[in-house]
Amino acid sequence: MRIAIASGKGGTGKTLLATGLARVLTDSHKASVSLLDCDVEEPNDHLFLAVEVEQVETVSLPVPRIDAQRCKACGRCAQVCAFHALALVRDKVLFFPQLCHSCGSCVLQCPEHAIAEVARPLGRLEFGRAGEIAFGQGVLEVGQAMATPLIRGLKERAAEHLPECALTLLDAPPGNACPVVETLRGADYAILVTEPTPFGLHDLQIAVELAGRELGIPIGVVVNRVGLGDRGVEEYCRATALPILLRLPFDRRIAEAYAHGKLWVDALPEYRGELLWLYERVVELTGALL
Amino acid sequence: MTEWVVLSGKGGTGKTSVAAALAHLASQEVTVALADADVDAANLELVLSPDMIEEHDFSGGQVAVIDPRQCTSCGRCAEVCRFGAIPLGGPYAVDALACEGCAACYYACPVGAIRTEDQLTGHWYRSDSLAGPLVHARLRPGKENSGKLVMQVKMVTRALAVRTGADLLLVDGPPGIGCPVIAAASGANLALLVTEPTVSGRHDLERILGTARHFRVPAAVCVNKADLSLSLTQEIESFCRNEGVPMVGRVPFDEAVVRALVNRRPVTMTSSGPAAEALVGLWRNLRDEYLVEERRAEPAA
Repeated sequence: MRIAIASGKGGTGKTLLATGLARVLTDSHKASVSLLDCDVEEPNDHLFLAVEVEQVETVSLPVPRIDAQRCKACGRCAQVCAFHALALVRDKVLFFPQLCHSCGSCVLQCPEHAIAEVARPLGRLEFGRAGEIAFGQGVLEVGQAMATPLIRGLKERAAEHLPECALTLLDAPPGNACPVVETLRGADYAILVTEPTPFGLHDLQIAVELAGRELGIPIGVVVNRVGLGDRGVEEYCRATALPILLRLPFDRRIAEAYAHGKLWVDALPEYRGELLWLYERVVELTGALL
Repeated sequence: MTEWVVLSGKGGTGKTSVAAALAHLASQEVTVALADADVDAANLELVLSPDMIEEHDFSGGQVAVIDPRQCTSCGRCAEVCRFGAIPLGGPYAVDALACEGCAACYYACPVGAIRTEDQLTGHWYRSDSLAGPLVHARLRPGKENSGKLVMQVKMVTRALAVRTGADLLLVDGPPGIGCPVIAAASGANLALLVTEPTVSGRHDLERILGTARHFRVPAAVCVNKADLSLSLTQEIESFCRNEGVPMVGRVPFDEAVVRALVNRRPVTMTSSGPAAEALVGLWRNLRDEYLVEERRAEPAA
């Protein structure tokens, strides 16, 4: 089973939930777990888990290189590039790598076969173990724009580098754009983590629209920091019949453990039972056989 | 005009609460224009009571469409597609969510059975808010090209700021370090990096600082919820000292911030407690250091 943990709004507790769940499920032998940190712009799971990295891979994207000898400056490449990454200026083709989506159209369309592709590093993938947890993460290189291909690579390569597990947890990036879609694609269930504030509610509604309506993934909600804020999230979930799987209270001790990079379910074992219950609830809702 | 962008790397550190307070405080002294560049989860509008004046469709890209009557099922489109939007072996139809709009298939189809259509990827809005004109947007969930919509929001706000003689253009940025962040930061005079005293906040600060430097945007740091861990706040401060990045604010955790949010107001409007007081200090530091002087003295007509 593949469970994605997403949120819309950042900082609601995705990483908290993903790392806590992975630890509790492996410790209790409920399920073998692989955890993929798909927030490649700001991967944080590794800060809370003692990860032993076993394999590192560079992910590159093919980008065009123009053979100046062959190029007749016809401008066809600039014409077909939908992302304006190529421009013909006087008799020379200029390339803007930040804009390139690596679609390969310019290579296919150049009548002189003057364009070859070279690898441009985008970031790296790391695979290893954190105790019993099989772990993978992507790390986008600073200054690079394209997170989505790195997430795609992480999911593809995990199949090869990590042992097969009963459960794969995918810790999604914040937002509702293409990197989140890439993370959610293929998930059997999505847990949306929110907080009881107008920001939390607003962004939850967008995440529900994306995961539930656009992608058709069954969804449930975890409300974090209950006690702060207002009743808007509760009322919205009731009105739309969205299951609330778990309510975590605003507990300074969780915040404190988290602040210092301690895994909260180790520091506060009284929360372990709730996470096991959450997992059983998801299993029940998806009808998964494990 | 000076342009500031509020960024954080990590989400949920308080970018929008800080941006809303700065917008409110700045608007009492200078002319402000505002842009919400977090187009996938725009929240600034929730606390600045905007009255919408204009709404516009935004088409940030294209999507390929195959005409089944003309398609000969040769499979060339699936071969050239690098985004898995057309299944190899057919049936040859485009998954619009996976399609990047590169048009490789359109050019490759030997019988001209593929066309590209503009894709409605979002909307942008111009509103009047309690702190000045606000340009904000909404990306349709799951759509590509949030960076392009961010650029659109910024270009509209810049034009508006010039027209209204604004002294300050304040941009509330998205989390992360990727495409929409780069679009939000490009051309700014200052990136205010809002962090929090957690190992994640600290880790992500390094990456967003690297990003600001990569694109040559000067940076300054504000620690939010600073009293949640004084030791980590000190660690962040010494990191900033070593990196030569100015520390311009230290805002304590204060439930008044959450209460203000529930009441849909900047905290500086509803409270004079510790967070509001620290935000006033932050605004004064930024104003004195980073607001271009001649503009402050004499706003354009």
